[in-house]
Amino acid sequence: MRYVVNRLIFFVVSVWAAVTINFILPRMMPGDPAQAMFAKFSNNLTPQAMHALELQFGFSNQPIFMQYVTYLKGLLTGNWGLSFTYYPTPTTTVIGQSLPWTLGLVGITTLISVFAGTGLGILIAWRRGKVLDTTLPIASLFVQAAPYMWTGLILLYVFGFKFGWFPIAHGYADDTPPSFTWAFFLSALRHGILPAITIFLGSFSGWLIGMRNNMILTLGEDYVTFAEAKGVRPMRLVMMYAARNAILPQITSFAIAIGNVVSGSILTEVVYSYPGIGAQLNAAVLQQDYPLIQGAFLVIALAVLLANLIVDLLYSRLDPRVRTGGAAV
Amino acid sequence: MMTESMTSPTEPIAEPVAKRRKNANMLRMFLGNWKSLVGVILFLVFVVIAVFAPLIAPYNPLSTNFTQNLAPSAKHLLGTTTTGQDIFSQFIFGTRATLIVGVGAGLISTFIGLIFGVTGGYHGGWTDNILNFISNIFLVLPSLALLIVVESLVKSTTPLLNGLIIGLTGWAWGARVFRAQAMSLRGREFVTAAKLSGASSLRIMVTEIIPNMTSVIASNIIFAILGAILAESGLAFLGLESVNSVSWGTMLYWSQSGGALLNGAWYWFVPPGLGIALVGLSLVLMNFSIDQITNPRLRQEQGGKRRGRKSARIGA
Repeated sequence: MRYVVNRLIFFVVSVWAAVTINFILPRMMPGDPAQAMFAKFSNNLTPQAMHALELQFGFSNQPIFMQYVTYLKGLLTGNWGLSFTYYPTPTTTVIGQSLPWTLGLVGITTLISVFAGTGLGILIAWRRGKVLDTTLPIASLFVQAAPYMWTGLILLYVFGFKFGWFPIAHGYADDTPPSFTWAFFLSALRHGILPAITIFLGSFSGWLIGMRNNMILTLGEDYVTFAEAKGVRPMRLVMMYAARNAILPQITSFAIAIGNVVSGSILTEVVYSYPGIGAQLNAAVLQQDYPLIQGAFLVIALAVLLANLIVDLLYSRLDPRVRTGGAAV
Repeated sequence: MMTESMTSPTEPIAEPVAKRRKNANMLRMFLGNWKSLVGVILFLVFVVIAVFAPLIAPYNPLSTNFTQNLAPSAKHLLGTTTTGQDIFSQFIFGTRATLIVGVGAGLISTFIGLIFGVTGGYHGGWTDNILNFISNIFLVLPSLALLIVVESLVKSTTPLLNGLIIGLTGWAWGARVFRAQAMSLRGREFVTAAKLSGASSLRIMVTEIIPNMTSVIASNIIFAILGAILAESGLAFLGLESVNSVSWGTMLYWSQSGGALLNGAWYWFVPPGLGIALVGLSLVLMNFSIDQITNPRLRQEQGGKRRGRKSARIGA
């Protein structure tokens, strides 16, 4: 229970940190870049609307602490300002439209990547020194060392432009707008395959090599040797005795992995002009859309922090030592 | 208790000898392994390219004096861009920016990670709680998104400035690893001995703790460099780096915005990404052996015997 409370506190404080970074950064920079962004759009907006937006993000003559309070209040009441680019659409609406795409793409791909990587990791650790074990890690490391956008560009070039098997941009075809129909679903699937493969290739090797090394360490433990001597069947030995324990460090490395995947998905979305939040953030930066930059970053941070919280809570179910405050660090 | 404090003063004298022998062994293991040897050679090739870039590159990478959209030829090994720049020269000079940023940012973030991790891990208590909390927050915040927000506020950054920002934000993973190491080292006899001989905690951290985690530090530097190279090229690809800088990331940016995919100009976007991937592979290969040095059970010879037995049984 104490563990759960600790994790919840950490979640709240890290969300607060993300919000505060968002508030402090523009104020730390020389030349007041946020004001410059506001100024750039001031022709499109009425002075009153402009003033309201500035107040909301805390750009006023009030003392900085009061600015901060106004800013926090705005965020908490769901009042995240209006996007400059899509004026007068609220940023929350813009983000709400792009978030499902990223959640779907990154969520599904990450699940596949975790299961495939972990499964293959178990296999190659068991068949250690065989062909698969000597080739797969190196090959997957090369793919992982390749930047996401490059893998994306090459897949796009070969399968999109050369062979024409897959669409070259966007999340769905123009003639099938988002709706609950098969046509839309199939179109979205076809558009999502190349981005998904890109993210899969970039994240797969971490799970594979992590699991392989954990498995090799666990297979060397005395209790595994003992079970083997006792005559436990190989399949049972690998899955129930070794893999169950070897999988735990995988879960703790999730924190760093999900950060990488999200970074990768931003680049991937830009390559494929995918309608997700990463491409949205990038577009907002290029358009100098200050409210949208702020909002998109917060939502990405919130999603990552939430994913971490869920994994942490899951971990405490899997590893009793965490709950009882035992040997685990 | 008494005997312990009496024997320990001899330890610092015995230590260096053992350490030197251990280091020589580690070096031999490192270079004796084909993976790390390939990694070192590959990395050195890129270092040579970076150092001698002005001698290797045939043209000025930013000069737009050539015919546009040329395919590879003897005169232009990798063709030219849509603005008439020599791609091969850009690739050669791009090595420079990419390596300097990667190594620089990798060292900065490892250094910060050491300060946070070792201080927290060695002192424990409240110092540790606070430092660990800060690094955990930096660990979970999505780094590229944070970098993008920073870049949106800093106008037309150079690769060097990007490297600095990446180094300042990317230290959290190192801090976590170093903290765990420092925690396990602080209870050892040689640390107690140094404490009893009156050394300050800063001195103990620098001369006793840090030298005993060299392989972990090396491994961290490697991954920090790789992470920095990927982050820098990502930012540059998004167009968040001064467009006049020549790095592999900006090459990818220009190739996509210049329609290299549409024109079938693979020679424009393949080399820079391949360069990043090969540098990354060389780093990862080096780390493979460092892993095996720190973690003897991952070594092939020892596991080989066990495996033979098991696979024989599986076959039966």
